[in-house]
Amino acid sequence: MTADSSKKEEKEMTTPASLASIAAQTKQPGTKSLGIGLEARGVHAWFGKHHALSNVSLDFAAGTVTALIGPSGCGKSTFIRTLNRMHEFIPSAAMAGEVLLDGKDIYEPGTDVTKIRLKIGMVFQKPNPFPSMTIGENVLSGLKLAELKNSKTDELMEECLVRAGLWNEVKDRLNAHGGSLSGGQQQRLCIARALAVNPQVLLMDEPCSALDPGSTLRIEETIKELSRTMTIIIVTHNMQQAARVSDFTAFFLSDGGPGEMIETAPTSQIFSQPRDKRTENYVTGRFG
Amino acid sequence: MTQSIAIPKPSRPWRPSPRERVINISLVLGSFLASYLIVLSTEMKGKLAYFFVFFAALAILNFALGLITKDWMSGKDQFFSVLMLLGMTLVILPTANILYTVFDRGRAGLHSGLLTNDMALSTPSDPITNGGLTHAIVGTFLLVLVALIASVPIGILTALYLTEIKGRFTRPIRFLVQAMSGVPSIVAGLFILSAVVYTVTQSYSGLVGSLSLTILMIPTIARTAEEVLNLIPNDLREAGVALGATQWRTVAMVVIPAARSGLITALILGVARIVGETAPILLLTGGGDKINLNPTQGAMGSLPFYIWKSFLLGTEESITRGWAGLFVLLVLVLFLFMLARFLGSRRAK
Repeated sequence: MTADSSKKEEKEMTTPASLASIAAQTKQPGTKSLGIGLEARGVHAWFGKHHALSNVSLDFAAGTVTALIGPSGCGKSTFIRTLNRMHEFIPSAAMAGEVLLDGKDIYEPGTDVTKIRLKIGMVFQKPNPFPSMTIGENVLSGLKLAELKNSKTDELMEECLVRAGLWNEVKDRLNAHGGSLSGGQQQRLCIARALAVNPQVLLMDEPCSALDPGSTLRIEETIKELSRTMTIIIVTHNMQQAARVSDFTAFFLSDGGPGEMIETAPTSQIFSQPRDKRTENYVTGRFG
Repeated sequence: MTQSIAIPKPSRPWRPSPRERVINISLVLGSFLASYLIVLSTEMKGKLAYFFVFFAALAILNFALGLITKDWMSGKDQFFSVLMLLGMTLVILPTANILYTVFDRGRAGLHSGLLTNDMALSTPSDPITNGGLTHAIVGTFLLVLVALIASVPIGILTALYLTEIKGRFTRPIRFLVQAMSGVPSIVAGLFILSAVVYTVTQSYSGLVGSLSLTILMIPTIARTAEEVLNLIPNDLREAGVALGATQWRTVAMVVIPAARSGLITALILGVARIVGETAPILLLTGGGDKINLNPTQGAMGSLPFYIWKSFLLGTEESITRGWAGLFVLLVLVLFLFMLARFLGSRRAK
């Protein structure tokens, strides 16, 4: 069977699936939007002349957790950064395609990018609490940075820390500096900080890669807890983690050229019966 | 049953053994002896001859030691260690000498009224205990303060442009700032003289002096601040922007607070750069002898001017006054550098 015919077959297989995230694979810019959640349509990304990501279309239904897996350099992080317009923070960056938030393209000219990032929060690979602020100030920093008004800041601070699973550990030292926490605690502080501005979508770029297993477990619990109220997209190198926390998984791969999304499906299906040989090889640990 | 473990005595096997220490000391003594004998038996004369012959002998003896006890590589290693010691001594000696001379000679000019009197009613050739240098300290303070007010915003904003905006003009501006930090101070003075004094104010004042100091101070502040801001990890900027902040909010609330102690250091280094600047002060401030609190009008004294004037007069008393002025100025600069180091080494709270 040639590669072309196998691709065709894949497409046929996807059509009956009612799940938006699977149907998304064939969607191109301009096609009808679902109107809710986050949808990427034919997203390409470049750094200078280097084509880093090619034609990725993915839908993220509201309230789901989607894991992006794949070997290093396959464009997962680049993709996730196009979803809240952090991609353009890199001077040589360029992109094509559409990213629809509730049916509206976030790259439409005239869009207020700060409002987009308020709705689509992000947690980074390395914990990065603000060093000049206390733990409490860190949690509420989003309100100040985005000039939002909130009269019940104490309640909000507690709520965010509870949701991030950090409250019990820091409730007695909210005035200590963020740097005094351990790495895992700092990362949960960053999650609490992202929650304080009440985002619709939370992007997590390898949030546990710098953490020990115990902290990783706490953050995974946090993710499950959060997924009741928001859409979560998580990049991870840890396949067990993807299997544990996500509803859907998308596999990215680069064969020397730009990174592509090879396959997306409900997580159990990706790990038990992937449709693509390359996905199977990756999830079974035969390469990557 | 617990077995008691004999804890070994802490030792430092990498330190030189007593025998090696004796050899090292005898090498130093041998070098002393060699330099004495060589200077005695050849045409060379003076302290410099002793100094260099001593180091040459020490280098050769250490080289030989390394070669004999170990190998060729070790010999070279020893040789270059001595060369580095020589380099360090060449830097330290003159600095220490300057400091010692100033403190030694300046001591004679210190008296109880030095910091409370000015020279309005005394001439530099009066007895030392008459008058003082309040006017010079107040003047220097005002000159620096006005220069600070003018150059801190400009310097920090320049640094922010170079590190945060990274616009099209980053390269030329960085080049310009670097070139500006090499501008001789007399050029800054002459520029203000021709551009401001001759055309606008038509008179000397503290303000125009401060303007010339500003020109000298901006590049120091901008360069130091740029280095400090470059040390702030990009993660923090991304974290701020990802929380829905504009770039300005991120810079003002995240980047600058994180760099605060470094920025204070930049400011103090800028002050230390100009506090002893003399050439533009001579051209522009007029150098009065009484306290003048108004920078916009009238002659304004300052420590460098006071020192220059005292030495120029040439009487014994005035020269002693000059050394005392130098003493105070040096203490001021040392204090500023120490403050900068203290604030710079302290972690952001």
